[in-house]
This record gives sequence, structure tokens and C-alpha cells, in this order.
Amino acid sequence: MAEASGRPGFLERERIVAPPGWSRWLIPPAALAIHLSIGQVYAWSAFKTSLEKGMHIGGVASALPFTLGIVMLGLSAALFGTKVDANGPRWAMVVASSCFVAGFLIAALGVYTGQYWLVVVGYGGVGGIGLGIGYISPVSTLIKWFPDRPGLATGIAIMGFGGGALIANPWTASMLSRFGASASAPSVDPHGIALAFLIHGVAYAIFMSLGWLLIRVPADDWKPAGWEPSAQKTHAMISTNNVSARNAIKTPQFWLLWVVLCFNVTAGIGILERASQIFRDFFDTVPPSAAIAAAATAFVSILSLGNMLGRFIWSSVSDVVGRKNIYRLYLGLGAILYVLIMLVGEHSRPLFIVCAILILSFYGAGFATVPAYLRDLFGTYQVGAIHGRLLTAWSTAGVLGPIVVNAIADARSDVPGPAKYTPAFAVMITLLVIGFVANELIRPVAAKWHEPDEVVAEDKTEAQT
Amino acid sequence: MSSSTPDTTGKPPVVLVVIAWLWVVLPFLYGLYQLVIKIPALFG
Repeated sequence: MAEASGRPGFLERERIVAPPGWSRWLIPPAALAIHLSIGQVYAWSAFKTSLEKGMHIGGVASALPFTLGIVMLGLSAALFGTKVDANGPRWAMVVASSCFVAGFLIAALGVYTGQYWLVVVGYGGVGGIGLGIGYISPVSTLIKWFPDRPGLATGIAIMGFGGGALIANPWTASMLSRFGASASAPSVDPHGIALAFLIHGVAYAIFMSLGWLLIRVPADDWKPAGWEPSAQKTHAMISTNNVSARNAIKTPQFWLLWVVLCFNVTAGIGILERASQIFRDFFDTVPPSAAIAAAATAFVSILSLGNMLGRFIWSSVSDVVGRKNIYRLYLGLGAILYVLIMLVGEHSRPLFIVCAILILSFYGAGFATVPAYLRDLFGTYQVGAIHGRLLTAWSTAGVLGPIVVNAIADARSDVPGPAKYTPAFAVMITLLVIGFVANELIRPVAAKWHEPDEVVAEDKTEAQT
Repeated sequence: MSSSTPDTTGKPPVVLVVIAWLWVVLPFLYGLYQLVIKIPALFG
């Protein structure tokens, strides 16, 4: 709503239309400030054991805030995607920051007062809404600022989501240790955990402020210097038309891409969720050695690096080779890598590690490339809202992947070594092949779903008045 | 629709760009360092 002076309100889209000369290279750090923060959710395990000891709860209960957070991520991205597109990125970033920070503060209160349900509702519920809105908040803006390199732009931001845990994991562990709440200590002080949550909330509030202060949308007639829209690489799979979010979900392209994303994520989570245990089962000696424990920890860390770098590298490559081709690589080579791990992984540790890193790099890249794939298919008109709806595939995979791997591995607990995982890996290979076929079936969207140019232009005008 | 305007007017906020990137890169480098010191154990 406009202020009394007639100047647009602080959160309004019109207030953040970039002046001439504004550098588009300010937009990736604004997006990263949000994504590096909300990526903390992948470091939830740093709190897990301390909470179990300090609040006398079990493993299932201590995982609840994380699980609820991921479910809320997908749901809120789907529900609020249209609102994010309509209200603009600053509004979305302020709402996301408020929810994410409030989640930590409520969790701090919950631990301090001994009310664990407040931790679940706060971090998982309220914070989870912040995750969903924050995740999609910069995506369509980045695509508009980098029409020449949309894969690179969204890759940088979404790499931040992978890198968030890289920062939060050691930071949280060192903070808990300093406050007498380390999981490895004989006793855990719950007040130390509460203080750590409080400091996380305050620190992330400050860190994320760069995002909503710096974010700008390009003027309607802006284009990168030296770039001609008419000279844009043309391809049958890159549409110059626009499809609304409401119509997009009626197209087979949307649901085929949903299957592609869901199964690509499921296959990655298959390794990610149980990485440490898988490594031990493949390479442990009898009796178990301390060196294997340290190596398994390092294995988890290097997978997070693969997950993060894949988001940037492969999505940038997709700008050159095209979105459909890059998903052929993620799904096709991913399936072959799983076969290699099954057949020869236990005989060569370097080969096993390289295969696992590549699989995780494809997992991350699947997330990072999908906004550009959506833009190619549905245009930029409501790409944020469409992306939000597609993220329900992530919520599904977040439940499906761990269930498949853990259920099969648990049912075969009496089978020694790598053979324990053979059926689970076979399921992953099958899912990747189905995803590959779904990707092959994706064709340009039929003209009957295209929005008339005047409707798109009218909506843009309305958004800026 | 009006013709496109190239991004050639005004003065790019160079100092702001540097500060903004440092804001996000420095915490990231801390995380990366913490990761790198664990890697030797993987092949050890």
C-alpha cells in the first residue's frame, strides 16, 4: 500500500525498481543472504543429539522439527508462490526472514521453558514457512536480471541453500560446546541450547537483512548491456510465450517435470540421508577401526560440497547445452553411477567416493536447474508461482527417499556389507530411469495455454501501480 | 511496449557490490575451511 506522501510503501515492488546503472551483480549476494541462511535447515542434526540429551527425548521426536520444516517448505512454496510473484521479492524476503527468525526465537523459548512442542511448532512450522517463501523469493527476480544466463543466476542462489549447512554445522557445534550443551559432553545444559537458538535467530536476522535491503527488480524495458533479446539462443524447447501458474499445472509438461524432480531428488536422498552408515557398511573392517569413523564423517562433509557445487556448475552448463540435455545427464549418468557403486564400489574406495559425489552433485543441480527449465517452458510471467507448486515434488521425495532406503536396509539388517543396499540401489536406478523417460516426453507447451500478451502487460502494469 | 534500455547509464555502485559479496563470501569461506580440514581423513 502506498504511503500518505504518495511514495510506494517500503515492501512494494514499485519501490524497488532499480535506477539506471544499478548493478545486477548486487542481486546474487542479496539472494545468497537469504539462501545461505535458510540452508541452515540441513544442519539441524547439529542440534539433534544435544536436544535428545538436554530435553530427554528420542530420535524420532528430535527429527520432528526438521521433517515438519521440509514439509512446510514445499507446502508454503506452493501456497504462497502466486503471492510472492504479485507482491515482489522484498515483501517475500521480509516475510521469509521474519518467519525463519521467529522460528529460532520460539524454539529458544520452548527449550528454556521445557516445552518441546514449541520447538517443533516454532522451528518446523513457523520457520518452515520462512524456508518455503525464502527459497522461491529471489528466483524469478534473478531470472529477469540474467535473461542471458538464467541457469548461472539461479545456480548461484540455490547453491547458497546447499552451502548454508556448510556454515551452520561447525558454527552451531562450536556454539553448543561453548555454552555447555555439546552432545559429546557428559551432561547437556538446556539453557545452553536455548541461548544457541536465540543467538542463531539474532544473527540470521542481521545476515538476512542484506537480502531485503539490496534486492531490486529491473525496469520493464531494462536489458543487460550488449545483449539483444532478438539474438537470444533460440530453440524449440525455449518458449517466448507465457503461461499462468493456474494453467501450468494443467499441462503434461508440469507433471512430467514434477516426476523428473521428484525422482532425481529421491535418488540423491537415498545416499545423502544414510551416507555415514553406507560408507561404514561398504568399507568397515572387523573389528571396526577409528579411522573408518573419521572417514565416514569426512564422507558426509564432502557429499555436501558435491551437493553445493553441482548446483552452480551443472546449472551453468545447462545455459550452454540446454535444460533437457542436462537432465539427461543427471538422470542417465546418475543411474549408471548407481550401477557402478553396486557392482564395483566396494573394491575401490576412490571410485565409490567419486560416484557418490557426482550423484550428489546431480541431486543439487536438479534443484538449481529447474527454475530455468520452467522459464524455458512457461516463460517468466508467473515462473515463481509455478516453481513454488513444483516444489511439492521435493516434499514428496523428502519422505519417499528415506523411507525406501531405510525400510529396505532395516529389513536386510542381517545381510553384511554392501549387499544390504542392493535392492535399495536397484529401486533408485529404476526411479532414475523413469525420470529419464519423463524428461524425454517433455515437449513445448501447446499454444492454447499461452497467456495473451496484453494480459501479461496489464498484470505488469497493475503490479507497479 | 517501449524499446529496451541498455544498462549503460548511471554509475555502478562498485563499493556496494564489493561489500555485498564480502558479506556472503566470508561466512562461506569459514564453512569451506572447516570442511577442507576434514577431507584428509577420507583417504587416510
